[in-house]
Amino acid sequence: MSLTSDDIARIANLARLALNPEESERMLTQINGFFDMVEKIRAVDTTGVEPLAHPMATIQEITLRLREDLASEPNHREANQRNAPAIERGLFLVPKVIE
Amino acid sequence: MTHNNTELHDLTVAQLAANLRDRKVSAVEAATHFLARAKKHATLGAFLALDEDVTLAQARAADVTLAASPAGQTPSLLGVPLAHKDIFVTKDFVTTAGSKMLTGYRSPFDATVVAKLAHEGVVTLGKLNCDEFAMGSANENSAFGPVQNPWNITRTPGGSSGGSAAAVAARLAPAATGTDTGGSIRQPASFCGITGIKPTYGRASRYGMVAFASSLDQAGPMARTAEDCALLLSAMCGPDADRDSTSLDIPAEDFSVSLNAPIEGLRIGIPAEFFGEGLAPDVRAAVDAALAEYQKLGAKLVPIVLPRTELSIPVYYVIAPAEASSNLSRFDGVKFGHRADQYTDLIDMYKKTRAEGFGDEVKRRIMIGAYVLSHGYYDAYYLQAQKIRRMIADDFQQAFKVCDVIAGPVAPTVAWKLGDKSEDPLASYLADIFTLPGSLAGLPGMSIPVGFGAGHMPVGMQLIGNYSQEAKLLNVAHRFQQATDWHAAKPEGF
Repeated sequence: MSLTSDDIARIANLARLALNPEESERMLTQINGFFDMVEKIRAVDTTGVEPLAHPMATIQEITLRLREDLASEPNHREANQRNAPAIERGLFLVPKVIE
Repeated sequence: MTHNNTELHDLTVAQLAANLRDRKVSAVEAATHFLARAKKHATLGAFLALDEDVTLAQARAADVTLAASPAGQTPSLLGVPLAHKDIFVTKDFVTTAGSKMLTGYRSPFDATVVAKLAHEGVVTLGKLNCDEFAMGSANENSAFGPVQNPWNITRTPGGSSGGSAAAVAARLAPAATGTDTGGSIRQPASFCGITGIKPTYGRASRYGMVAFASSLDQAGPMARTAEDCALLLSAMCGPDADRDSTSLDIPAEDFSVSLNAPIEGLRIGIPAEFFGEGLAPDVRAAVDAALAEYQKLGAKLVPIVLPRTELSIPVYYVIAPAEASSNLSRFDGVKFGHRADQYTDLIDMYKKTRAEGFGDEVKRRIMIGAYVLSHGYYDAYYLQAQKIRRMIADDFQQAFKVCDVIAGPVAPTVAWKLGDKSEDPLASYLADIFTLPGSLAGLPGMSIPVGFGAGHMPVGMQLIGNYSQEAKLLNVAHRFQQATDWHAAKPEGF
């Protein structure tokens, strides 16, 4: 399977990455080379095998823990906003989204 | 002033802790000593953040506690200086994860692993260089420059915990924290001739560890002895249910308790696939010599097979980038981190921010990840990889029916020259072949120095244990270190 420049453009858009033409071309070559290596997994017969998401599921039942829906953290707004690129009156500023 | 006139920086963590406890040296003296060394050897590129005021304040606090501690009740790490891989967030030092995306980022909280070590009285020396977002095997993907291998500064220290390995090998810190997703503790430990351990997946909390691949990332210590690693790992591990949903409900354990247990009759599994054509003869020779030493100590070598070893490369390089593409979607310039200066609208802001903030390797992995998760490809790639992953984990369980630990090389060669693989990302992926299987299975794994190879570069041997067998692994490593002295070798000029 071979990706095309259209594929690169589509994925870059999904991943919200701006790539210039030179980068896109380099990415295309490298990713195609990469998928040549990856192709071999498609030939493996995995009939009846469950995917392994948490490694310990190999030897025991793993269920994702849920905790009580109770607020446990105090409001740390000032500390948490210290690294914000743009804030005003405690709100994060972003370009207008709604037309 | 020190233990038998040995230089302070040649002491192990255990020895340093004893000296601090016996008041032969103060925490401030120790911290000052290592800070000076970090400055002196700045060209190695190991440190990304140093702050004398912060470190010495922590050291002074440790000295107060040391003075007030009743004899015999001093916590074993009180006053010991240690540096953290810059993948762990710290309140008192900037955290970059080796990326321009986080230049100047000051976390409002400490990673659980950082907090646990601080609770034991460890003094933070600073933050260590690493591949960007832990993606890399040579520490050449850091946005802040490469790290040099102290054994030969034209060579890589390995990655992604290259700064950690180099700092410990050069005695700029007696120990460091690292993280291992596909081998990032074990391989740099091997390339730099030090000892490192990645625990069972889920034993050390990932809270505050900048996420790369959530089903693979694990924190672990890097030091010069298994004894030191046992001390540190005991402090680092433990359940963290409220903050890390993948954290295992296994109580904290003292991994030092059985360090000296005899290993007569230990069955060491030798995977045929780890000793094939791709293994460089100098690495093979050093590992074979170490296995012969283990036989002298009473261990038995048992042939085993791990038939999907080669498959672990594409399996890992589908799963890890997929998880990374999801984890790195949080870097969007909205709430923290880099934001582009010029953009037309929100989507453009995202795209330019991420283009400017991420390096090439990170972008490549995000692209691969987004592709294998996208509609129409998810089943063929991501799901298929997760199924083969289970088969790889099952292969290990089969092997552990006939052996107690598995041993083999960490990497096919010794450390390569800086720049050799930087133009060919695929080449460095292929070199991960021996560490990836254990990562995918979530098993604990160690690297211990076992000699030297071409160019007098260190060779590490890998030990892989079954789930939750960290104490056994450390015991097996420690017994080797009691009988040999590869772990005590020091690069010239440090």
